[in-house]
Amino acid sequence: MSDSAVLFKNVSRHFGDVKAVDDVALEVKDGEFFSMLGPSGSGKTTCLRMIAGFDRPTSGHIYLYGQDVSNLPPYERSVNTVFQDYALFPHMTVEDNIAYGLMIKKVSRAQRMKQVDDMLDLVRLPGFGHRKPSQLSGGQRQRVALARALINHPKVLLLDEPLGALDLKLRQQMQVELKNIQQRVGITFVFVTHDQEEALTMSDRIAVFNQGKIEQVGTPAEVYEHPATSFVASFVGTSNLVSGEVAKRITGSDARFSIRPEKIHLAAPSQQMGAEMFAADGKVRDVVYLGLYTRYLVELDGGGDLVVVEQNLKTTSMDVMKVRGQKVRLFWQKDHVRYVGG
Amino acid sequence: MLNRISTFLYRRPKLVLALLLLPPLLWFVVVYLGALLTMLINSFFYLDGFTGKVVPEFTLRTYAKLFETTNLQIFGRTTLMAALVTLACVAIAFPLSYYIARFASPRLKTWLYLAVTIPLWSSYVVRVYSWKLILAQEGIVSWFARLVRLDGVLGWYLGLPAVGGPSLSVSATGVFLVFVYIWLPYMIIPIQTALERVPKSLIEASGDLGANSAQTFRNVILPLAFPGVVAGSIFTFSLTLGDFIVPSLFGNSSFYIGKAVLAYQGTSGNIPLAAAFTMGPIVIMVVYLLIARKLGAFDAL
Repeated sequence: MSDSAVLFKNVSRHFGDVKAVDDVALEVKDGEFFSMLGPSGSGKTTCLRMIAGFDRPTSGHIYLYGQDVSNLPPYERSVNTVFQDYALFPHMTVEDNIAYGLMIKKVSRAQRMKQVDDMLDLVRLPGFGHRKPSQLSGGQRQRVALARALINHPKVLLLDEPLGALDLKLRQQMQVELKNIQQRVGITFVFVTHDQEEALTMSDRIAVFNQGKIEQVGTPAEVYEHPATSFVASFVGTSNLVSGEVAKRITGSDARFSIRPEKIHLAAPSQQMGAEMFAADGKVRDVVYLGLYTRYLVELDGGGDLVVVEQNLKTTSMDVMKVRGQKVRLFWQKDHVRYVGG
Repeated sequence: MLNRISTFLYRRPKLVLALLLLPPLLWFVVVYLGALLTMLINSFFYLDGFTGKVVPEFTLRTYAKLFETTNLQIFGRTTLMAALVTLACVAIAFPLSYYIARFASPRLKTWLYLAVTIPLWSSYVVRVYSWKLILAQEGIVSWFARLVRLDGVLGWYLGLPAVGGPSLSVSATGVFLVFVYIWLPYMIIPIQTALERVPKSLIEASGDLGANSAQTFRNVILPLAFPGVVAGSIFTFSLTLGDFIVPSLFGNSSFYIGKAVLAYQGTSGNIPLAAAFTMGPIVIMVVYLLIARKLGAFDAL
């Protein structure tokens, strides 16, 4: 019990008729970087808000390190939140924002300022203490919000899509930095995101949310390589979902399966296959050159499409475009196929 | 033809800007600043006591008159009244605005908003007169006081110097009550607007960082709503400074600035003194705004 940082037991949250969170059970381990991944409206943010105390479960219980906090107000929980819009106090300097939690705890001013300086160093903003939030860029505000939460040494840090407002380059940089900070301070992070790449990059474990329920919990590799449901297969990365007649022609059974585009190889129609391979013939209908790799849309003979991705190891855009309209044979290893339910 | 004009204008954005700005600028410069300037000039003239005519010569002797004891008392009395009215308006408006902005359902919010603004739709004079009936000797308040057997208390209160008088409708207290009543909406609306603009996430963040409701109110909500309080107080304070109807109807013989201006300008034709008197509230308001800025009222803007 004590090594689970956060524990959800049959937690539901209803807003009128809408079941935002529907009978969720969940365990976050101590010191873990745990992501809650899902499309908007899937219940991940509501779960986060219930851990923070901004929302209360309609039924069920939430435990923080063994203590039932289901009905405690936010200010009596040892968790802190980094908000999506950062929620920095506009009338206070960066310094006063970061020191806010300590001020409430009546820590002396000298002590506060010392810890604020340490925090500014941690988030690499030394010397920014006297600025107002309005004088900072998005990335800098993000760091201040992080410092303001971490200075309180919470047992669990909650992050609500904190990188959503940043541009791609900055976001990738912050992903690495967040992960570094988490490892350095050793605090449990619960991270909410709708960006599967972000979740895969940073997390120790991921919970995939859909319509108020958890579809799968696992390490990034597990979730990506062994999607438990067709929703997980299609939401985390891109997947070809094949079922019915088309599936039967390829595998001999009409059970639905998923295959990642990067696992499929393109070959000439005459190519011979070993017994460990599945194969399908078709015609290339579309080619999208994306620099690092090329995406092909292949129309299978007798119906169905498959998306194939190949790295541009030797090919150039001129080469790949010639493939359009040609007949090809697709093949992939049988053990790369995942049979998925629902 | 219309097309040609619009193409012509499209190519000359500066001309469009000039055409758009000219009428309001003219209005502002000629009517607003012009009137103010005329008043300023007049305040440096003086009234010849013998002929009763305004002598257009530069002099400070009109201003010197402002510093006579009676006139200083008028300024003091009016400023005190304006300050008390403002404080009372804040005390009543803040909880109400807080409720409207943060707790009322959208439906109720509309109704409350309407209830606050409806009085502004009807004539100010009519509303002030209706208070005459409420506060008069045979009015609702004294009737109610008799009903609950508190007429003794009312009588004792009216016997007090400074605040009392023959009846509530002829006393400083009456002036105060009516001022608070008529300027209250001007305080509620800006405070409510300021409170509405405080993002919910800031309040959540404060709680998240360990602050209870009272601490959140003091450290986050109040500082962010303060510009609204100042905006409202500019209305209540300056409107009270300049008003002459309420003191004339409810006051006893003591003068307030507005009443004095009316008396000098209208009755005795002493336009220079009336103009000099008007400069008073302007100076008081400037001082007031400087203090407000010093208190950080505009920091969060």
